[in-house]
Amino acid sequence: MARIIVVTSGKGGVGKTTTSAAIAMGLAKKGHKTAVIDFDVGLRNLDLILGCERRVVYDFVNVINGEATLNQALIKDKRCDKLFVLPASQTRDKDALTVEGVGKVLKELKKTFKYIVCDSPAGIERGAHLAMYFADDAFVVTNPEVSSVRDSDRMLGILSSKSQRAEKSETPIKEYLLLTRYNPARVKLGEMLSVDDVQDILSLHLLGVIPESQAVLNASNSGTPVILDEASDAGQSYSDIVDRYLGEDKPHRFIDEEKKGLFGRLFRS
Amino acid sequence: MSSIPSLSAQNLPAFEFKSSVITVPVLNIYTTDINVLSLQLREKVKQAPEFFKNSSVLIDLQNIQDQELNLSLLVDAIHNVEILPIGIRGGSEDHKKLAHQLQLPSFNNARSSAEKPVIKETPEPTVAESAEPVLNNIENTLITQPVRSGQRVYAKGDLVITSHVSAGAEVIAEGNIHIYGALRGRALAGVLGDETARIFCSDLQAELISIAGNYRISEDIDQSYKKVPVQIYLNEQALIIQNT
Repeated sequence: MARIIVVTSGKGGVGKTTTSAAIAMGLAKKGHKTAVIDFDVGLRNLDLILGCERRVVYDFVNVINGEATLNQALIKDKRCDKLFVLPASQTRDKDALTVEGVGKVLKELKKTFKYIVCDSPAGIERGAHLAMYFADDAFVVTNPEVSSVRDSDRMLGILSSKSQRAEKSETPIKEYLLLTRYNPARVKLGEMLSVDDVQDILSLHLLGVIPESQAVLNASNSGTPVILDEASDAGQSYSDIVDRYLGEDKPHRFIDEEKKGLFGRLFRS
Repeated sequence: MSSIPSLSAQNLPAFEFKSSVITVPVLNIYTTDINVLSLQLREKVKQAPEFFKNSSVLIDLQNIQDQELNLSLLVDAIHNVEILPIGIRGGSEDHKKLAHQLQLPSFNNARSSAEKPVIKETPEPTVAESAEPVLNNIENTLITQPVRSGQRVYAKGDLVITSHVSAGAEVIAEGNIHIYGALRGRALAGVLGDETARIFCSDLQAELISIAGNYRISEDIDQSYKKVPVQIYLNEQALIIQNT
């Protein structure tokens, strides 16, 4: 049975698209046929992060309007043949999305794909609402700062009341917390909320902590999902998250500050 | 979500009854002489016509309770100066009957506190007359999930929450509120005026607490109540927070 995962946050700029790209690639690398859909119609980004922006012919809105078939619009990733991207339209806006249209596309994808990752736009309006409406699982991406945490809290409220599962009174969406841009050193200085602080407010199942990392920026700039940068802390952290999501029990990493030796202190900082 | 009308439209509620507290100007009436009233009213309004224009007012008849009054003429006089009466309070039974004929709701007598906000029970005056609370129809509500920011819970009876209430969330009950977690949002107990209602919570970090319209905001809540179980009750219009 296919699972639909929504990557959402409420607030913008917290790492939804980076996360969508990374976990979609991670699931595909594990051998699961995975599709990743960009719901940010009008502010298309996912194709850039995945490095397929030059191969976009048809997009999500074309498929919804029946101007292209799903197979025409899906872009197969060059690094992993299990990963497919459905890009957003850059020339339209979120009003082009309809419940029926999105429902139809997802239903068709469910026939052939194991995981469907929906990259939600920021905000709680139409685009974000439709991205989560059909979801089975929600990855709530949060930065360790108060406004992001509050927006995530708001989003969680919407997930539990305005999704299809909520409206049909089915088992609620499974919610997971992904704490991104975490910097243990700054937490220690009191400049950032700690994992416990965030958990105190959100009380969610923590799927993983992604450390603040230069690797994320480099990956975005080069159009490679950061999960493929296996040497980087952020890449490893996303791998752990995928493993945990698939049911593996892995200890959390990158929560505490790395202890630096004398040489480390001299040369690294 | 009104922006997506097709979203199982028939399941979406078309309306919602809510309780809300507003402050309205009150017009205290001291005489039954409509001519005098009308004249003085016009003088008053002339001083600040823009301020009064189309403003709403509650007619307070406490001071002329036992006297006969032509309410219809009074309402006309108020309408003439472009003020909109929204109801009466403190009048006699006769006054209430007259108000009913004029489709004006009558409210209960105000208590000593002059600044106490008036609870406007329903927007539709005719409904207000019939909407008497049925006491044996109390529904208590139990919530086991966190109440998230932006969510609102209303209980007709007592409200019991076994998780936390996030900042930006609102929990409202006609009876008591029990929260076995952190209260970071707003909690309003006894919203229909029950002054015996209490709020119990195990970690008070609220944005606002209120009992029967008497409220206190986070700024006025001592930080020492954080992370300790407390109860909040009313004592002679004063909100008391007490460690339990």
